[in-house]
Amino acid sequence: MSVNQTLSTYSDMAYATSVVIYIAAMLLYFGEFAYGRAGTVGRRRESVLVNAGRGESTATGVIGHVETPKKRPLAERLGGMAVSMTVLGALVHAASLLLRGVATGRVPWGNMYEFGSAICLAAVIAWLIVLFRQLRTERREATPAQLRGLGGFLMLPVVVLLFLSGTVLYAQAAPLQPALQSYWIVIHVTAAIISSGALLFAGVASVLYLLRSRYENNPLKLTRFGSRLPTSQALDRIAYRATVIIFPVWTFAIVAGAIWAEAAWGRFWGWDPKETCSFIAWVVYAAYLHARATAGWRGIRAAWINIFGLAVMIFNLFFINIVVAGLHSYAGL
Amino acid sequence: MRGYLTTTLAFLRNTWRGLTSMRTALVLLFLLALAALPGALIPQRSLNQSEVDRYFREYPTLAPILDKLGAFEVFSSVWFASIYVLLFISLIGCLLPRCYEYYKQWRSKPVRTPRNLSRMPHHETATLDASVDEVMTAARKRLRGWRMVERDEADGSRSISAERGFLREIGNLVFHFALVGLLIGVAGGKLYGYEGQVIVLADGSEFCNSGTYNYDSFRAGLTVDGTQLSPFCVRVNDFDVKYLPTGQVESFRVDTQYQSGDDLATNTWRPYLLQVNHPLRTAGDRIYLSGNGYAPKFTVTFPDGQQRTGLVQWQPVSTQTMLSQGATKFDPPGVQDEAQRRQNQLAITGLFAPTATFDGAVLSSGFPDLLDPTVAVDVLRGDLGLDSGRGQSIFGVDQSMVDQGRLKRVARQNLRLGQEIRLDDGTTIRFDGVERWANLQISHDPFQPWVLGFAITIIFGIGTSLTIKRRRVWVRAGPSPEPDESGSARTVVEVGGLARTDQAGYGEEFTKLAADLLVTGVDHSPQSRAVAGPARERKS
Ligand code: HEM
Repeated sequence: MSVNQTLSTYSDMAYATSVVIYIAAMLLYFGEFAYGRAGTVGRRRESVLVNAGRGESTATGVIGHVETPKKRPLAERLGGMAVSMTVLGALVHAASLLLRGVATGRVPWGNMYEFGSAICLAAVIAWLIVLFRQLRTERREATPAQLRGLGGFLMLPVVVLLFLSGTVLYAQAAPLQPALQSYWIVIHVTAAIISSGALLFAGVASVLYLLRSRYENNPLKLTRFGSRLPTSQALDRIAYRATVIIFPVWTFAIVAGAIWAEAAWGRFWGWDPKETCSFIAWVVYAAYLHARATAGWRGIRAAWINIFGLAVMIFNLFFINIVVAGLHSYAGL
Repeated sequence: MRGYLTTTLAFLRNTWRGLTSMRTALVLLFLLALAALPGALIPQRSLNQSEVDRYFREYPTLAPILDKLGAFEVFSSVWFASIYVLLFISLIGCLLPRCYEYYKQWRSKPVRTPRNLSRMPHHETATLDASVDEVMTAARKRLRGWRMVERDEADGSRSISAERGFLREIGNLVFHFALVGLLIGVAGGKLYGYEGQVIVLADGSEFCNSGTYNYDSFRAGLTVDGTQLSPFCVRVNDFDVKYLPTGQVESFRVDTQYQSGDDLATNTWRPYLLQVNHPLRTAGDRIYLSGNGYAPKFTVTFPDGQQRTGLVQWQPVSTQTMLSQGATKFDPPGVQDEAQRRQNQLAITGLFAPTATFDGAVLSSGFPDLLDPTVAVDVLRGDLGLDSGRGQSIFGVDQSMVDQGRLKRVARQNLRLGQEIRLDDGTTIRFDGVERWANLQISHDPFQPWVLGFAITIIFGIGTSLTIKRRRVWVRAGPSPEPDESGSARTVVEVGGLARTDQAGYGEEFTKLAADLLVTGVDHSPQSRAVAGPARERKS
């Protein structure tokens, strides 16, 4: 199977473009975050009640009602643009992966560069899903502006990871090595990518939860910053829900990896560094779920555990692949 | 004595309670994660002995201390084992009472409707143009699939308590039990499994699993003594490797034949194309292609005209270029006298390059495929020390024989395919050809299907447990004190809801449910909807 160089070049161009768009989106999110109105808990409650009183249609601003074409404040417009940019970036990013796949005639996550890229895409998509779901009134736990406040903080690690993947980890488009030529790469690696992306999002939500809690415990601390974030309760719930939905997927990814390892390496589990690190991350997330059910461990401590879990995932992605290099053929650059 | 006994019992009970508490489980999970960490960071003997050796060389003071602590064998160390054993004791101690509790809950009826439903996290109320009976019938219909019980209340109203999501707890218990099962399955594999490695030349050579002596290396499970290996034979006929121009392997295909079971008696061979990711599964064992390399073929013509051919696997030093090193050893033919024989043994040692490149006169390899096979060899003559009783590597000669001067170099030369060396006594050595060899790994683990079964159970258990919400809903209907203008009955209906789990998202379901409950049973005219009015919702 030869590689189509033209398509692969287009893929690289799309990749670079998506990074630029993401950076723009990040700056726009931060713009809204910095100049937007600070929402206090009281004001938020009020607006929810008003919306509820007027029924569904005004809240989403679509059906029936004609909204007074009042000019939206600048910050809100920035936020809207940020979301549009994120969607655009995700489309270009997806095109980059797709082109890689077509160029090489295989799934586009056959090496570290492609893997890192796909994880970032998964994180961005996880973010967009949460954003759009939360925009539906009956689910809403924070105002759209508050929610968008998360955006910049998610785009930041995404941009950094993409930058590292595109420079340090970059790999020329090439066919798969024999060890990776298996349909399990579709099953196992896809599950791992989706979980890593969603857990990245959950981890960011937990970090913001910690910051917001500081503000709520003492409104004099982090006043400007904290007041613009969703409530700690909403952040906690967003982080928890993302983790809870993805934990079975992550479990599945590990089991699928073990099934593949049985066929490829002759044993289903051998404490290869990558396996070990995935196991550690899994145990840490299990601890997170336990902590949520243990008196005295909910809230701040649980959030720290979630962040620790994310740290292990990132460690697994970078340090283990690059420095330790076990059997996993992605390893070694 | 009595007092002593009670304090001991109290101590034991408290220890047990402490051990099976949620907090302990949490701490033990943490410890497990921490304890596994060195396993990822420090080279492990079971994976890579040479990395461990390098670690010893690089950190000569630290390494022996780490070694004492078992840091190079984390996963078989005592402290790692004690953490997971404690965790699993805690787990079982936690599960059994929970099973009982769950059973009790399952037998009992949904709890009585709280007097003040408006205190519930979810609550809505409305006055409907319908009788209490109509409302209750409609509610029962809407709540089909929920566990429910209907009760008459003291003030004349009636209520339904309903709950749903019992499967959540089942999923949770199944998940935790499957963890125990998984651990037992893995332990079973360690007891009854075995794993061995053997190099087989791809020239029709055979390997039979008839004893551990047929292996190059063998790792036996604790109860395995090597006398009852699964009987089968494999024959390696041909080995085809395709490379990309970059030197990356595109595919390995090993043309094999095998026999097991009845085929052994009838000597029937069945073909199998062995590839990476496609092990041969037969006789309860799995046969993997786990490595490959080259065996250069040398033909030695002795001065008396007798010929001997040597075809021995050499060991790759680089998997990228397949530069290999090794030693092919010969006994002089027809020499009866021991002493004389030991002065005339030959060894051809050195490097083999599938695609020769030269750095000055030093041979190295530019590509892993056989484009220009060349060897750079030393020919040694003398006593190989094969009778010394000491085991020696097939990839080298006994260096002490060289050091003692009993094995002397008599030639050094590079040979391309077909070229030969002539020694001082008239012996010629020709580099005749190259054969590939396959490293086969044979694995046996009778518990593997169990482990897989438990792993799948774990996924389903955790999926069920985390996606299903346990929730309760109560409906109370009582006659309204003020009938409508026409005098027909009106009913005050109250709906309350409570999610018993941490998971948000129940609000939405509740809103829908309440909307249905507060309009069903009556005509769906806009009027009655209006009565139901704007829903008041309080989020938990
Ligand atoms: C072998 C180590 C263990 C692992 C990997 C593990 C994993 C998990 C996971 C992932 C959950 C979340 C699923 C859910 O909420 O239904 C969970 C829940 C739970 N685990 Fe464990 N567990 C372990 C040991 C234990 C032990 C020793 C106990 C007893 C002290 C325990 C008691 C519980 C309880 C009560 C829940 C339900 C929490 C809730 O209601 O959300 N687990 N466990």
